Amino acid sequence: MTALSRILGGALTSTPFRLAATMVALYAVAAGLLVALLTWHANRELAAETLAEIRLESDDLVRSARGSDAAALVEAVRRRSEAAGDRLYLLLGADGQRLAGNLAALPAELADRSGGAVFRITPDHGGHSRLAVAERLDVAGARLVVGRDVEPRSRFVESVLATSLAGFGVLALAGLAAGLVAGRGLMARLEAINAATRAIMAGKLSERIPLAGTGDEIDGLARNLNEMLERIEGLMGALREVSDNIAHDLKTPLNRLRNRAEATLRSPEGEAAYREGLARVIDEADELIKTFNALLLIARLEAGAIDETVSPVALGEVVRDVVELYEPVADEQGLTLVAETGEAPHIEANRQLVGQAVANLVDNAIKYGGDGADQGAARECRRRIEITVGETATEGLVTIADHGPGIGTADRERVLRRFVRLDESRTRPGTGLGLSLVAAVARLHGGVLKLEDNAPGLRAILVLPKRRPGHAAS
Amino acid sequence: MRLLVIEDDRETAQFLQKSLKESGHAADWAEDGEAGLALARDGGYDLLIVDRMLPRLDGLTLVRRLREAGDRTPVLILSALGDVDDRVKGLRAGGDDYLTKPYAYTELLARVEALARRSAPEEQATRYVVGDLVLDRLAHRVMRAGEPIPLQPREYRLLEYLMKHAGQVVTRTMLLENVWDYHFDPQTNVIDVHVSRLRSKIDKSFERPLLHTIRGAGYMIRDGAQ
Repeated sequence: MTALSRILGGALTSTPFRLAATMVALYAVAAGLLVALLTWHANRELAAETLAEIRLESDDLVRSARGSDAAALVEAVRRRSEAAGDRLYLLLGADGQRLAGNLAALPAELADRSGGAVFRITPDHGGHSRLAVAERLDVAGARLVVGRDVEPRSRFVESVLATSLAGFGVLALAGLAAGLVAGRGLMARLEAINAATRAIMAGKLSERIPLAGTGDEIDGLARNLNEMLERIEGLMGALREVSDNIAHDLKTPLNRLRNRAEATLRSPEGEAAYREGLARVIDEADELIKTFNALLLIARLEAGAIDETVSPVALGEVVRDVVELYEPVADEQGLTLVAETGEAPHIEANRQLVGQAVANLVDNAIKYGGDGADQGAARECRRRIEITVGETATEGLVTIADHGPGIGTADRERVLRRFVRLDESRTRPGTGLGLSLVAAVARLHGGVLKLEDNAPGLRAILVLPKRRPGHAAS
Repeated sequence: MRLLVIEDDRETAQFLQKSLKESGHAADWAEDGEAGLALARDGGYDLLIVDRMLPRLDGLTLVRRLREAGDRTPVLILSALGDVDDRVKGLRAGGDDYLTKPYAYTELLARVEALARRSAPEEQATRYVVGDLVLDRLAHRVMRAGEPIPLQPREYRLLEYLMKHAGQVVTRTMLLENVWDYHFDPQTNVIDVHVSRLRSKIDKSFERPLLHTIRGAGYMIRDGAQ
């Protein structure tokens, strides 16, 4: 019972019910005005029509009486009075004496003036008073009243009005009831949304809002909210994964650092050993700082705002600089960097970040691109890393292609995430953040990093829009 | 050199004071921005080391006020912030160099000494000479013991930077910033390979090496044994 009254109470204050009530109130006022207007108009029409009818008849009476004597008029009035119906007559002599007619007396409304009037009469045989319309004419000293009993017509108008009013009333009640039902339905569905929200706030992130399946706007809202929750849950998951990875990838070197320090402290070998130990501790700390800086930079890039440092950058120049920077390193690994920068596009970008992104890709290609290059016939070709700058109408492209083992389709997505290293043994130097950083730089510029199969090897394509999205050409 | 360290972390400041003293410099310390600005204004220091985030008056405003007053004392800004444009903001405010925490003391010292040198008037030198190695900036030519040494353009600029700071430690980051204009850590130590190539050209066939590797710090070009 309490639940019912709560739902009912809720429905009474619900938006649909309030809307319905407001509409019904407005409707009632409009209907009242309409009925009043109709009544007034109908009565007026009725009176005018009856009067016109009366006038025709009285004219007829007067015309037929003219030229003959008064007795003829009396006779005519008397004859007409006797015919049953709604017709009313009265003929009074100059002295006020009733000469003929079926009206008992001159109505008070017509006592001291000629013309038409609406009045009530009480029939001779008693009963309810009836509504009548009459006109008074003064003919040769006599007073003639011709009228009509309009009670039935008036009744008809009234009954039409009464029916309309009843109809309006029923409609109003139906409207309120519909509002109440709609309100209850809405309340129930909102309550479902609220219940889901409360569950989510209590920590049950997998909770979803039930859909009614009607495809209406509330379902639309629920679907959007569910999609939002899906995205939030996904982000939370990613965040958890990142913090787990951070914990692992920072704790491991921290632990190594601590072990080194401890071992150095324990070692009884004197100053030289201490120095050596401390130097290695510093090396470990530097590696940690590098990882930490890269992580921070990615986080900042993902928070995204570089407008102040964006300028026109000649992509080919940046690539040539990076290639020049890495050429000696590639040489040492027995690899050749082949750069085709040509007529390169200018893009709106942060030169440092684009430089760093290209450097990371080249670094990666040098680190992994040499693997497995010794097999196969076309050995010379396999020791090449091809770096190409290209462009489309709206984008600048940097392609870095190596002939190493490449990255399997399944791993291409994964390898862009933080700390993911396909080299599980982690024997090569690196933070596991290189490609994540490139992807973050691309995203920040409104571009993308694509990893493709170079058959064999990896082809990384850095796509950067020439104009920053949302920034009109200046 | 007389330096002023404006840094609100007591331990960092004391570490810097002690280390700078060991390196042969004198360093005063101010704990907040206002005290730092007052000291800097009438202290006659050779160089200021300014933390970016300071109580009472932040580091950037402090530098801006100094510059507005016409003070050209070199300023090294230290910052824990690593935003993409923080360096730009720091240099725009009037800082001469920008170092992100955490840093190695050797890096800081190398930068301090490079900054002090930069403010010295010999900036416009047309020739750098270290022992029998001569770099002629007008002719764009390098000679050792009278013999011309052909260098790639980047090798030339690398040597030019090293010789400009002859006798001082130059770190890998400083080389990357000043010779290549990159402000990031490359994952591989690319600089080492470039330096060793340069070394093979200027030192290899000569008895006395001039380009030295300073362990845990960077490189130094100088005449004379280690």
